[in-house]
Amino acid sequence: MREIDVARVAGALKELFVDMNVQILPDVKEALDQAKAEEKSELGRAVLEDLIRNASIASRERIPLCQDCGLAVIFLEVGQEVAFVGGSLKAAVNEGVRQAYGEGYLRKSVVTDPLFDRNNSGDNTPAIVHVDIVPGDGVRIAATAKGMGSENMSALAMMKAADGPEGVVDFVVETVRRGGSNPCPPIVVGVGIGGNFETAPLLAKKALLRPLESPHGDERYGQLEREMLARINALGIGPAGYGGTTTALAVHIETAPTHIAGMPVAVNICCHACRHGEVRL
Amino acid sequence: MTDRRKVETPFDESRARSFRCGERILLSGVIYTARDAAHKRLVAALDGGECPLDLAGQILYYAGPAPAAPGHVIGPVGPTTSGRMDPYTVRLLQAGLRGMIGKGIRSPQVLSALGDYGAVYFGATGGAAALLARCVRSCEVVAYEDLGPEAIRRLVVVDFPLVVVADSRGGDLYAEGPLAFRTEAKRHPEV
Repeated sequence: MREIDVARVAGALKELFVDMNVQILPDVKEALDQAKAEEKSELGRAVLEDLIRNASIASRERIPLCQDCGLAVIFLEVGQEVAFVGGSLKAAVNEGVRQAYGEGYLRKSVVTDPLFDRNNSGDNTPAIVHVDIVPGDGVRIAATAKGMGSENMSALAMMKAADGPEGVVDFVVETVRRGGSNPCPPIVVGVGIGGNFETAPLLAKKALLRPLESPHGDERYGQLEREMLARINALGIGPAGYGGTTTALAVHIETAPTHIAGMPVAVNICCHACRHGEVRL
Repeated sequence: MTDRRKVETPFDESRARSFRCGERILLSGVIYTARDAAHKRLVAALDGGECPLDLAGQILYYAGPAPAAPGHVIGPVGPTTSGRMDPYTVRLLQAGLRGMIGKGIRSPQVLSALGDYGAVYFGATGGAAALLARCVRSCEVVAYEDLGPEAIRRLVVVDFPLVVVADSRGGDLYAEGPLAFRTEAKRHPEV
């Protein structure tokens, strides 16, 4: 067994969450630059210019890109030959998040009771943690600081096989159309197809963690991603929803096996900040 | 770039009715932050007769800032989604509120109330929170401190960059803007 002290997990997560909140990813910056060069709306170009300037201020001053510093979502891929030592893994994960949001001057947005009390937990915990046991002795931590404005515009449909690719594209485009200006376009769209009621949304969230310009490995899905992107940008929503030709920067599809009787489709929308990161221990 | 119109707060009715959707604005003066939890309390306070804020002529900014780092007046402070405030908004307009700053779609009731009471809805660029914070000269919690980031803060802003999204004449940039750029994308172009 390979022993890993849980303090390393906490330390890695602290660094990851501060960094992703203050530093825009290079692929996202490139996509915004390209969008600004191609955007046909004058107001749309002004919005994109604001976003590019915002990213440069945040990076220079080490302050968050957005006041919504997100809900901490963490995917742990743990090798089955790893033994965690030094305390509770889950507590260490939350400790990393607590330190990042406290010491990094990030906004704490978690309320403990969702319906009645809605009291802020004060440290942005608990984080949402997904654990996957894999072969080997490594640990891969992928994380996203997911903003709620775009999360609120996401959707799940329990579709039928007969709906076909056309049905899937229509559902994704309609979900983006209904979201309009709310999710802070230009957006990134994660689509999960297959699995069941709880795993299709997980696939959609994982799709948001892929680098932009990384099409699906199966050419049929790659083509579907391009078609969805073209139809979404044809909606005209544009940067900030003021009208324009850039509504989405990318569409990513992830798939999984499903039941003979179903075809769940989940659409997870992310704002232009698209904050995520990954570290291996 | 088109010229930006400089405007100072507070607004009287004729000022509030002078905006046209699509206009770019640089706003200076006092504005107040308020999100969902503060709205719920404000409406209850208005109905109970003890409102901590005189809303007449004022502008609310739907925002909850991140904490201020040392040496900063305020942390990053961009707009939150305005639609969540819709259930409370007409009551606040009745109390004299003249302007709102946020992002995202409003309900038909709110849009028509802009005309009924004389008010305007501005968009601030969603996600440009670090940029917007630079326009804030002072920040002071004036009500509901226990709400943390959702407390009501009095901000003094200078040249705060906004776009008029919905005006008192029924103009709505979120409806009109996309129409000008909507095109028909081909379905399954390569099939």
